[in-house]
Amino acid sequence: MARHVVAPVGDIPAGECKLVSIAGRAIVVFNVGGEFFALNNRCPHRGGSLALGKLTGLVESPQPGEYCYSRRGEIIRCPWHAWEFDIRTGRSWCDPQRLRARQYAVSVEPGAKLVEGPYKAETFPVSVENDYVVVEA
Amino acid sequence: MNIELKQPLRAAKSKLAIVDCDIHPRATLEDLRPYLSNHWWHYIQTYGLRPRHGHVKGYPFPKPTPLASRRDSWPPGGQPASDLDFTREQHLDFYGIEHGILNPLAPSGQGDQNADLSAALAFAINEWQTADWVRREPRLKASVVVPYEDAEASVKEIRRRAGDRDFAHVLLLSRTSEALGRRRYWPIFEAAVEAGLPVGVHVFGYSGWAMTGTGWPSFYLEEGVENATTTQTLIASMIMEGVFERYRDLKVVLIETGFGWLPALGWRLDKHWERMRDEVPHLKRPPSEYLREHFWVSTQPMEETDKPEQLIDVMKWIGFDRLLFASDYPHWDFDDPFVSLPPSLSEAQRRAVYADNARALYRLG
Amino acid sequence: MPMTADGLHSIDCDVHPTVPDIKALFPYLDEVWRESIETRGILSLESTSYPRNAPITARPDWRGANGQAATGVAEIGRQVFDRWQSSIAICNCLYGVQLVTNEDMAVAFTRALNDWMVKEWLDRDERLRASIVVPMQNVESAVEEIERCAKDRRFVQILVLAMQEAPLGRRQFWPIYAAAERHKLPLGIHAGSSYRHPVTALGWPTYYVEDYLAQAQGFQSQVASLISEGVFTKFPALKVVLMESGVTWVPGFLWRFSKYWRGLRSEVPWVDRPPDEIMRAHFRLTLQPFDAPAAPDLVERAIEHLRCDDMLLYSSDFPHWQFDGDDPVPAGIPAALRRKILVENPVATYDRLNG
Repeated sequence: MARHVVAPVGDIPAGECKLVSIAGRAIVVFNVGGEFFALNNRCPHRGGSLALGKLTGLVESPQPGEYCYSRRGEIIRCPWHAWEFDIRTGRSWCDPQRLRARQYAVSVEPGAKLVEGPYKAETFPVSVENDYVVVEA
Repeated sequence: MNIELKQPLRAAKSKLAIVDCDIHPRATLEDLRPYLSNHWWHYIQTYGLRPRHGHVKGYPFPKPTPLASRRDSWPPGGQPASDLDFTREQHLDFYGIEHGILNPLAPSGQGDQNADLSAALAFAINEWQTADWVRREPRLKASVVVPYEDAEASVKEIRRRAGDRDFAHVLLLSRTSEALGRRRYWPIFEAAVEAGLPVGVHVFGYSGWAMTGTGWPSFYLEEGVENATTTQTLIASMIMEGVFERYRDLKVVLIETGFGWLPALGWRLDKHWERMRDEVPHLKRPPSEYLREHFWVSTQPMEETDKPEQLIDVMKWIGFDRLLFASDYPHWDFDDPFVSLPPSLSEAQRRAVYADNARALYRLG
Repeated sequence: MPMTADGLHSIDCDVHPTVPDIKALFPYLDEVWRESIETRGILSLESTSYPRNAPITARPDWRGANGQAATGVAEIGRQVFDRWQSSIAICNCLYGVQLVTNEDMAVAFTRALNDWMVKEWLDRDERLRASIVVPMQNVESAVEEIERCAKDRRFVQILVLAMQEAPLGRRQFWPIYAAAERHKLPLGIHAGSSYRHPVTALGWPTYYVEDYLAQAQGFQSQVASLISEGVFTKFPALKVVLMESGVTWVPGFLWRFSKYWRGLRSEVPWVDRPPDEIMRAHFRLTLQPFDAPAAPDLVERAIEHLRCDDMLLYSSDFPHWQFDGDDPVPAGIPAALRRKILVENPVATYDRLNG
């Protein structure tokens, strides 16, 4: 595992995501209200691209006819078969025990720290003034 | 979602020939305008399409995604599968598809309350398929869309297209106002056989009856289940009514119906026919024999069994020569050609399902 | 051939007493209805779900001199108890009271049918049990009938038909499931229709055999409805028995249903586990007919695909003609399952069989 600088934080506004390539893997980085999460882009069901999916909230129900809505924007639905994945944990909602999207650790690091290395910046130079999203993969 | 839509980061590599038996090109009404008379253009603008369900836009059971399509299948400025170039890039070229069969669903007017409107739209959408898709892309074949509730008009449309190699099959929908075995539909089968064309039966359509024999369900999830049950009904009807005794050369392709339920249907048909043979003396053989000889079924939506061997059992019971790979591009429950078939199939079985069966059935060069 | 296992006698979960004539119900009808029947010339409530002389309706060697079968306890006794040596049989009467459109008439006929069942059958042979036929024409009346009949512990189940006015999962029917759960009575769904809709989504078929075949689709629609509507979230103790459904449709149905649920979960968020888990936990199926060829290997494979040893309940479906010979259990049922099917699963399903 190595740490990769994937984007300045400004490149991924809240509610958006960015598809990046790290060591040949497609990884999607989400910004959920200022927190960053990274999942393997490939849906574990049949390989749809999660970066192209739809962000929704979570609908749960204790009883038929009752709808409890929470966690707006924290569920990614695969663009293909609409499976729901919790961005925070990578777990699928239909089979949380067995099926999940692979997660990667994400942090935000100040540019000043990054220029010292040994980080890999994939596509752009790191500037000491900005913060950057760093994914461990 | 702020993404640059470039292709996902894997190369299209396949030594496998693939024939995709279910692609849904989408026309706008403007696309069909050149092929519609002023009367029908005015009619559509004024009274609109009126399927037997009451919605002007939409359906009794809303789809899970807009236009029931994959979220990544929208070309810039257009609707899913409306743009040939985009379809080539995202689908035909990406997967190395050798041939694709087009089954246009909307706005085909099939099953509209106004049968004459259906006939006008069928003509238009058939012209559009050839002009905008098939003549520009040699890998594609069109369907002869027909206004199936009007057998005479359907026969006319089939005869118009007979001999035109741009067309692969006649397209019907599964939820017709009577089950397809009923005699009012037989002229369609006769014309198809005469033209040397299989008949494709794709799920959906609106029969005008409740969606089940016990009334209306509540959820789209249930409609998903009912696409299988209504197909079971139409198969039983076609067989029991003796369609295949009358039309020995008729070939029927079940499209997007699923297939996990098919062997058990054959068993049930045989068992109860055996008991009540005297009611249907025109049948000379067990129903499952007609099923085996006259029906093909597309693989999408691929069954997800509990254990892999169950899927292989089912495929064996149906016959590997009867299965036709289909993607259902661009719909949301799309099957990716690279990952949808069980990995344990032999090379010969893969070749059959991916391409050979369809090449033989549709006489593709 | 005795239907026993390890010395234990089977429980036959589906036999059909036949109402010989509408007049048989007269002693159990108020004068208003007796007179109405005579004045209006209401001849019968027989249903075309089982035409009297259709082969499936009765095996030839079980028909009496007048062509009917199972019109009296002695007939069931001879076959089910003496010959097959079951210890208990559950009676499901299919006289078409569900066809009646007038709610009051429906209630009258349904009560009469249940009373007739008690007097002519349960009182005459202590080995018999029965399902409470309910007037689905009016849900309140159906609940009242359950409360009335449940006092008699020989009623062990509630009986509805596979095809009726609306799918069984719909909320309007929930008071019935509340009553069922309260009294620990399974909901028994039996093949047949009240014909409020054509038997298929594609209208009326031509042949009777298609009507009978269509029942399997009716069962699929009902299971999909009961699960999708969250009936088992609301009534976690409710059990459902599918009777005369054909059985082998189940695996293919569940693969598809579960597959779609995985993507569509948020439409029915109260469905908190995969549909196939819910079906295996809450649904049971009677054995006859078992839709499969007479090929033991295939039968065994089909049972494996079910993946639930608890699901099948022995039934003969007497006097319906589902098999020839003397053995209601199809060849190929694994020996290890025999005792479960014949005895243990029925006992586990029907609380009231435990005394």
